[in-house]
Amino acid sequence: MKLDAKIPAGPLAEKWDRHRFELKLVNPANKRKFRIIMVGTGLAGGAGAASLAELGYQVDAFTYHDSPRRAHSIAAQGGINAAKNYQNDGDSVWRLFYDTVKGGDFRAREANVHRLALVSRNIIDQCVAQGVPFARDYGGLLDNRSFGGAQVSRTFYARGQTGQQLLLGCYQALERQVGAGRVRMHVRKEILDVVVEGGRARGVVTRDLVTGKIETFAGDAVVLATGGYSNVFYLSTNAKACNVTATWRAYKRGAGFANPCFTQIHPTCIPVADEAASKTTLMSESLRNDGRVWVPARKGDTRPPHQIPEAERDYYLERRYPSFGNLAPRDIASRAAKMVCDEGRGVGPTGRGVYLDFADAVKRVGKQVVSSKYGNLFDMYANITGEDPYSVPMRIYPAPHYTMGGLWVDYNLMTTVPGLYAAGEANFSDHGANRLGASALMQGLADGYFILPYTVGDFLAKEGPSKVAADADCFRAAAKEAEDRTKRLMSIGGKRSPDHFHIRLGKVMWEKCGMARNKAGLEQALREIPAIREEFWRDLRIPGSGADLNQTLEKAGRVADYLEFAELMCRDALVREESCGGHFREEYQTDEGEAVRNDRDFAHVAVWEHAGDGAAPALHKEPLVFENVQLATRSYK
Amino acid sequence: MSAKLDLKLHVWRQKGPGDAGRFETHEMKGVSDHISFLEMMDVLNEALIAGGKEPVAFEHDCREGICGTCSMVINGEPHGPLKATTTCQLHMRHFKSGDEIWVEPWRARAFPVMKDLVVDRNAFDRIVQNGGFISANTGSAPDGNALPVPKTDADLAFEAAACIGCGACVAACPNGSAMLFVAAKASHLNHLPQGQPERAARVLGMLDQADAELFGNCTNHYECGAACPKEIPVRVIAELNRDYAKAALAVEEPRAAGGGDG
Ligand SMILES: Cc1cc2nc3c(=O)[nH]c(=O)nc-3n(C[C@H](O)[C@H](O)[C@H](O)COP(=O)(O)OP(=O)(O)OC[C@H]3O[C@@H](n4cnc5c(N)ncnc54)[C@H](O)[C@@H]3O)c2cc1C
Ligand code: FES
Repeated sequence: MKLDAKIPAGPLAEKWDRHRFELKLVNPANKRKFRIIMVGTGLAGGAGAASLAELGYQVDAFTYHDSPRRAHSIAAQGGINAAKNYQNDGDSVWRLFYDTVKGGDFRAREANVHRLALVSRNIIDQCVAQGVPFARDYGGLLDNRSFGGAQVSRTFYARGQTGQQLLLGCYQALERQVGAGRVRMHVRKEILDVVVEGGRARGVVTRDLVTGKIETFAGDAVVLATGGYSNVFYLSTNAKACNVTATWRAYKRGAGFANPCFTQIHPTCIPVADEAASKTTLMSESLRNDGRVWVPARKGDTRPPHQIPEAERDYYLERRYPSFGNLAPRDIASRAAKMVCDEGRGVGPTGRGVYLDFADAVKRVGKQVVSSKYGNLFDMYANITGEDPYSVPMRIYPAPHYTMGGLWVDYNLMTTVPGLYAAGEANFSDHGANRLGASALMQGLADGYFILPYTVGDFLAKEGPSKVAADADCFRAAAKEAEDRTKRLMSIGGKRSPDHFHIRLGKVMWEKCGMARNKAGLEQALREIPAIREEFWRDLRIPGSGADLNQTLEKAGRVADYLEFAELMCRDALVREESCGGHFREEYQTDEGEAVRNDRDFAHVAVWEHAGDGAAPALHKEPLVFENVQLATRSYK
Repeated sequence: MSAKLDLKLHVWRQKGPGDAGRFETHEMKGVSDHISFLEMMDVLNEALIAGGKEPVAFEHDCREGICGTCSMVINGEPHGPLKATTTCQLHMRHFKSGDEIWVEPWRARAFPVMKDLVVDRNAFDRIVQNGGFISANTGSAPDGNALPVPKTDADLAFEAAACIGCGACVAACPNGSAMLFVAAKASHLNHLPQGQPERAARVLGMLDQADAELFGNCTNHYECGAACPKEIPVRVIAELNRDYAKAALAVEEPRAAGGGDG
């Protein structure tokens, strides 16, 4: 596997412009002769499909949802960053670039991040033109807030439903192209495999979730915009159907998988209250702008919060990180919460929780202002927990939320398989070892609206049409494999449901490869995961038929892939012998519990190459070169 | 703190579109009141699988009340008894031990049942294809602050834009009308300056498509508004009617239906 990041030459600020000029263009009249397969219609895929169709390409778009509007992107609450500097508070493309590289703990590629910051400004313009109802001030201009560890106000938002409003804008643009006949929208179709032949991606194999039919689709380029894999932990803030199947299958067909161990644990989620819990619910971290995080100073203090006097509270984020306080970045805030709970100072019935208290904010600005900012989040919290956060502090605890790892891509967002692209959360490109708040929406839309339309065109202009039809031998063989696999899953005839195995896998991953990791634990996980996988293939039960709408079968296929993928994640965590961003190896920390990075040995992207089932994957490294920012210990003190 | 509930659950089972369907009764013992309605359904499904039976097919994804996927009629009410709450956000603490609960799919001519509690709502997508957008090709946008939007307009647009497309309004309407859905989309875009050029075409296009999809007429029952988990105000329907009257007068205007120019 050769890793050529194809970073354009020249000064950082000019790279993207220069590159755009150097990219080859497809003659407008020829665009309609090309067919692009877009897998996933969340923000990245929906934006990409709509924009490519607007340019004149034929697009086949796929989603396992019943409608593109349901994609997981819809759940994003807090906001989207852009270097507009509308608030005149000192923001700039450079500052957003710098913050993102630093926030990612110096494990992202400079050139990609700079481009992201650059196009962030166009995203807001585009969304406003589509009618996205961002928050506005009384003068009618766009409002901003500061978010997730940023010291400038660069986050655009639409109350607590930024994701939904951005997705609707993108969905409407997509449906407009469906209506115009340029996008063929395939709903309730799950990609089960990517077809690679003669060193190029040729198309996909799908299962129709209603009829069970396995089909093949050919295209001149294939884009995977299939989201992240946080559900490897079973409990996460992601939507229930989020899965790793498409990217994992691509990996098994030759696409390198980058930094799978870089996962983000979000500090502000509602603690799990019951063993039948099916997910963890995120409370937007915008709450940390006004809420203060604390636990009792004394271990085992079980008094209700209002009876604990100020002097006996530990506002540990404010204490440890005076300059960022409650706004310390996610990885740091999560670990700090774990630490106080490990010390026995956690709150709530399970002891795995910390307070997020709005009493001061209510005192300062009044209940009404607090409610106008966070009303819907408070309602959601009250609804789930049965407690009123205006009078009792919220209880929160970290939970898996986002995955920075993903398919390795070059500057053009192309994977190591020519003609196969990855966009949005599915690729690894911009967030290094830790993503800043409000940067995922930005990246998904940057990829979809402003990068893929250029870079995919360059590939098509250079390589021409694929000319391998959907009934060619390579497609038939891949379809047969998918069919056989489905049959095999259906015929195990064991006793346990897919969820049974998923929950067990999730526990192993959370305990051994979650917020804190160590060598012994990871090695143990690497023994436990194959054992669960072996049991899965021996004792799984799927009632019903494979030729029908069968949600148990859908789950089983996804869990089967997680059971393979989890091993790669632990392997990656094991060889990365440093702590950086969301990857905290207990062996590498200061006396105060801060992460210790090792730039000499690990300033690289770890890229894994599949070597066949049962064989150890090969590790390749893309060195990260920092020419514009100085590697420094990340400090938020 | 936590209570355990014993419930009698009557769940709609239907093999496919051609099947007549029927209720199936399940006794649920010791259901934790900490869990959500859908988690209670998970518990039921795990028990069904353990017993070698097919679990109940139902739709859900985010389980946070935002994706609009979940869709159950609970005791005759779309999304159940709680105001402004989707099925996935309904928690068992709102039920008491001994309750009988009836669970059915959305029922409407335009939303055929696919299996058990799963219905086909793609008619909504086709309505959006027919004008439910602002034509703004990627790359052509002016600066985001070039066109200020008075806060009152922005707020009205936002209120309508909060629709999650779940279809509870259709399920609640005695006529199976999609009026609240169509009107919410129209109101969102029509309150914004960016939405003005296509205003008339949008209204006519979406309403045409709603007719073609066999949604019923609106006869002002306003059950839709009561069932809406996002509390979309029914004023949007009055706005749509006004816009429709204006647009119908000016039919000679070219329509954006079908996508317009790319
Ligand atoms: C609760 C929550 C809140 C968040 N809040 C914020 C925020 O405030 N700001 C921010 O920047 N980020 C936020 N994020 C992160 C952000 O929402 C996601 O990272 C981002 O939306 C991912 O977009 P995407 O387009 O890459 O993927 P997704 O939106 O996950 O879309 C994936 C698409 O791929 C399809 N798909 C996947 N696999 C297959 C397959 N095998 N076959 C067919 N189709 C497939 C799906 O159907 C879907 O259409 C939040 C995340 C969560 C969980
Ligand atoms: S599952 Fe998303 S709204 Fe209920």
